Amino acid sequence: MTDRESPRRRRVHGVARPALLAASVLLLSACAGENNQNTFNPAGPSAHKIDNLFMPIAIAATVVCVGVVVATFVVSWRFRNRPGNENPRQLHGSTALEIGWTVVPALVLAIIAVPTVSTIWTLSKEPTGDVLNVTVTGKQWWWQYEYDREKVVTANELVIPAGRPVRLELKSDNVVHSFWVPELAGKQDVIPGRNQKLVIEADEPGLYKGQCAEYCGLAHADMRLRVRALSEADFRTWIRDQQQGPSQPYKGEIAELTGKRFECVNCHVFDDSSKAVYGPNLTHLRSRETFAGATEDLNRENLIGWLLDAPSRVPMQAKRCRVGLAPDTDCVGMPSFTQHTPKGKPVMTRTEAETIADWLLEER
Amino acid sequence: MTSVSDAVVLPSAEPSLLRRPRATTGFWSWFTTVDHKKIGILYGATALLFLCLGGLEALLIRTQLAQPDGTVLTAAQYNTLFTMHGTTMIFLMGMPLAVAFGNYLVPLQIGARDVAFPRINMLGYWIFLFGGIFIYSSFFLGGAPNGGWFGYTPLTSSPISAGVLPGRGADFWAVGIVMLGIGSVTSALNFIVTILNCRAPGMTLMRMPIFTWMMLVTAFLTLFAMPPVTAALTMVFFDRNFGTTFFDAVKGADPLLYQHLFWLFGHPEVYILILPGMGIVSEVLPVYSRKPIFGYQVVVFSGIAIGFLGWGVWAHHMFATGLGPAALTAFGLSTMLIAIPTGVKIFNWLGTVWGGSVRFSAAMLFCLGFIAQFTIGGLSGVLHAVVPSDTQQTDTYFVIAHFHYVLFGGLLFAMVGGIFYWFPKMTGRLMDEKLGKWTFWAMVLGFNLTFFPMHIVGLEGMPRRTYRYGSGLGWDVPNLIETVGAYVLAFAVLLFVVNLIVSFRRGQPSGDDPWDARTLEWTTPNPVPEYNFAEVPVVTSRDEAWHRKYAEDADGNLVRLPKGGADAGTAVATEPVSGKGGPPAEQGDGGGGGHGIHMPSPSYYPMILAAGILAFAYAAIYHSLLLCTVGAIVVLFAVYAWMLEPGTEPA
Repeated sequence: MTDRESPRRRRVHGVARPALLAASVLLLSACAGENNQNTFNPAGPSAHKIDNLFMPIAIAATVVCVGVVVATFVVSWRFRNRPGNENPRQLHGSTALEIGWTVVPALVLAIIAVPTVSTIWTLSKEPTGDVLNVTVTGKQWWWQYEYDREKVVTANELVIPAGRPVRLELKSDNVVHSFWVPELAGKQDVIPGRNQKLVIEADEPGLYKGQCAEYCGLAHADMRLRVRALSEADFRTWIRDQQQGPSQPYKGEIAELTGKRFECVNCHVFDDSSKAVYGPNLTHLRSRETFAGATEDLNRENLIGWLLDAPSRVPMQAKRCRVGLAPDTDCVGMPSFTQHTPKGKPVMTRTEAETIADWLLEER
Repeated sequence: MTSVSDAVVLPSAEPSLLRRPRATTGFWSWFTTVDHKKIGILYGATALLFLCLGGLEALLIRTQLAQPDGTVLTAAQYNTLFTMHGTTMIFLMGMPLAVAFGNYLVPLQIGARDVAFPRINMLGYWIFLFGGIFIYSSFFLGGAPNGGWFGYTPLTSSPISAGVLPGRGADFWAVGIVMLGIGSVTSALNFIVTILNCRAPGMTLMRMPIFTWMMLVTAFLTLFAMPPVTAALTMVFFDRNFGTTFFDAVKGADPLLYQHLFWLFGHPEVYILILPGMGIVSEVLPVYSRKPIFGYQVVVFSGIAIGFLGWGVWAHHMFATGLGPAALTAFGLSTMLIAIPTGVKIFNWLGTVWGGSVRFSAAMLFCLGFIAQFTIGGLSGVLHAVVPSDTQQTDTYFVIAHFHYVLFGGLLFAMVGGIFYWFPKMTGRLMDEKLGKWTFWAMVLGFNLTFFPMHIVGLEGMPRRTYRYGSGLGWDVPNLIETVGAYVLAFAVLLFVVNLIVSFRRGQPSGDDPWDARTLEWTTPNPVPEYNFAEVPVVTSRDEAWHRKYAEDADGNLVRLPKGGADAGTAVATEPVSGKGGPPAEQGDGGGGGHGIHMPSPSYYPMILAAGILAFAYAAIYHSLLLCTVGAIVVLFAVYAWMLEPGTEPA
């Protein structure tokens, strides 16, 4: 069956795909730019090492790729069926070519292997110098940070000093997650029963975003995180502030609401920043910029909406988390206090939500 | 070999229960057939149905992701859809479609009349169909699988009461895949025995078509890869249902064990998927270039090398799990090593086209598309082998781009091309070439629009398996483009399905050798008669069909031979030639046709045995002793009857 397409149509189609690819690359590489989560913007030693390894290899791979793709077009077009070449020479092979195109790729790969292996070992070293140690625990569906020496427990936003290494001890007490902040380092999984280490360091103070990168159930997509790198002085101030108790006394109405009334204390802590409990430690919530797995900006309206009906904003498996039931019994996340309640009626009023939110937000 | 009943049982003494069905044509014959060609078509049609289901799942996923903070789907729905999309495309489309080609073509390519074990062949199909129905029935029975297609523990192994993963989808997933594995293993055994034992006289291993070689390697991979995943999923099922603690860290176990077991299967699995596609490309390119495959021996040995090396790379799926620098080094290097035979094949394919006389039929376009797109996917694979940078790429849209380039842009393009190429053989008609070319360009456009941007957006921080993403991260436009591409793809698939249906009914008659092809299957009439070859062919060279048509002069130029040379097209029914190859292990009456060639008889028992296995599967889900007993009775009955049914229907 011979092809009857006109040469012009074939030429148009011949350039269509490469042009499309080029356009895509140009368009899209301009797109994300500064999203604080971009592997193309390394901002710490680990990320730089990875980027320095990746970029030249990626460029080489792209060159090879374009070469082969173009060759496919060019070779097939050049030897297209025409009157006079219907019965071509039946070439069966060429030993020289076979050796050539086995040895050359092998050499190229060997060349790539050397810096690859070297970087593997460099990145696996224990950090030296003035290292900050933080234990990171992946939960469903948020990140807990425990500053070992400083005895501070926070959630979602990891505050670190810029310019020195931070050694993260990665753990999970439930399912597998993966801690990933692209601009600072590659990802490492957190696996129950196995502690992993990840060393991150930010060159400069700034905001670096990340997400859980291993499917961990319902709200995996909403298990985000932020790393805020501060100057050394600002970091010391932050630690000191975190180590204080709540700036407003935790008693009276707030203790009643979060205690006996809605039993928030089953999962959260409001007055002691050194305790790691089932849910995020909220003692200094006000010092964070986001909450709810770093998916929402911390402001009054968001917080009130969350308190009233958290599952409508981030999917939870908490229908059975009722007053009177212990946490982690078929209960992952926060229940709603207005939907799917045992008697079908809202149990938390807007005023009550406002009271709790206002107390939390007056925290420093 | 004759069956025992031939010699011992008199027709009048046979219990009527064990009579074999006689019909080899008609609607009901499709339920009892053991003809490898009909079985191939059943596998193929069913796989294409699952392609549409898996594609629908993908379309829903892409619709949800078209915009940031999408609300088309809930998180629970989305998590089920991506799990089912992967599970469907790999286990219910990719593997069975390859087996469809293998089933139809391998006996024809080696000059046999059927596979070594025709009833076991049919059993494989019924297990596939019932397994697929079983997994999909979960949508109506308490929730479809939602733990991801590779189902890491302890997410999937925690009992339902732990609440980490809602619903009982993981049970359906574990049991379903184990069940499908039974079919895959039996099918693999069949291919191995057939290829090693049933070749026609003169068909040495190094004269076999490359497609058959790739099916042989694939069959060995399947045989050895299914056991680890069966073990892993059995452990998951037991942890979920019977209180074992294989993956419970609190009790001292290591959940990472699961990943090792799974990927010990999972990596060979990807070669199980791609090698048949590479085999197809190795058949199609020579025919439409009018040249033999360049470097036949090297292409064969590269396939074998990939088969062996594929066992040594599994932990490259686990580079972020804390394996330690020694293991990371070892697996990084082994992964780079496997790129070499893969690249060699690509160069040999280009060498095949070089200096040829290329006809741009639809089949050829799809296979040329395979070369370009598989190369892109292979090179992003090499980037993954650079271990430290893989910790940025893994679990992001970059790896999604990688595997879709090799499995869709590669494997699926090859199989669509193969369908265009072999459609005349199966039906005696041609598919519509013009529509085929439109399909190709639509598919190329849609495919690249959908998956190319994923390389970028993954490196810009977008992880995989996320039911939504936030705005302001710069991912909005690429995701929208990807969704548009997905709809273009859906349109292309629609064009393809329409082409299949219309061509089947009204396609132009093709004649016996429309492409001037090279391999042995093209020496039969189209469509292929039930007995394949009237006389068992005697093979004297590689590309046997070509050498019956052409000889080469001293300079290697082609010389057309006069028609009517050593040609097995005559319809004289004779007894098979004795010696290596010839009739399959069973004998039976040919049924209709009156050709007098002994062919295996149809049988009810493959279907019944598969139904018994299905009963066991549901028994596992519902912890039902009753269903278990029913399953046991049906299985025992079917096995017993299978062994005792007469080998030959009395005339």
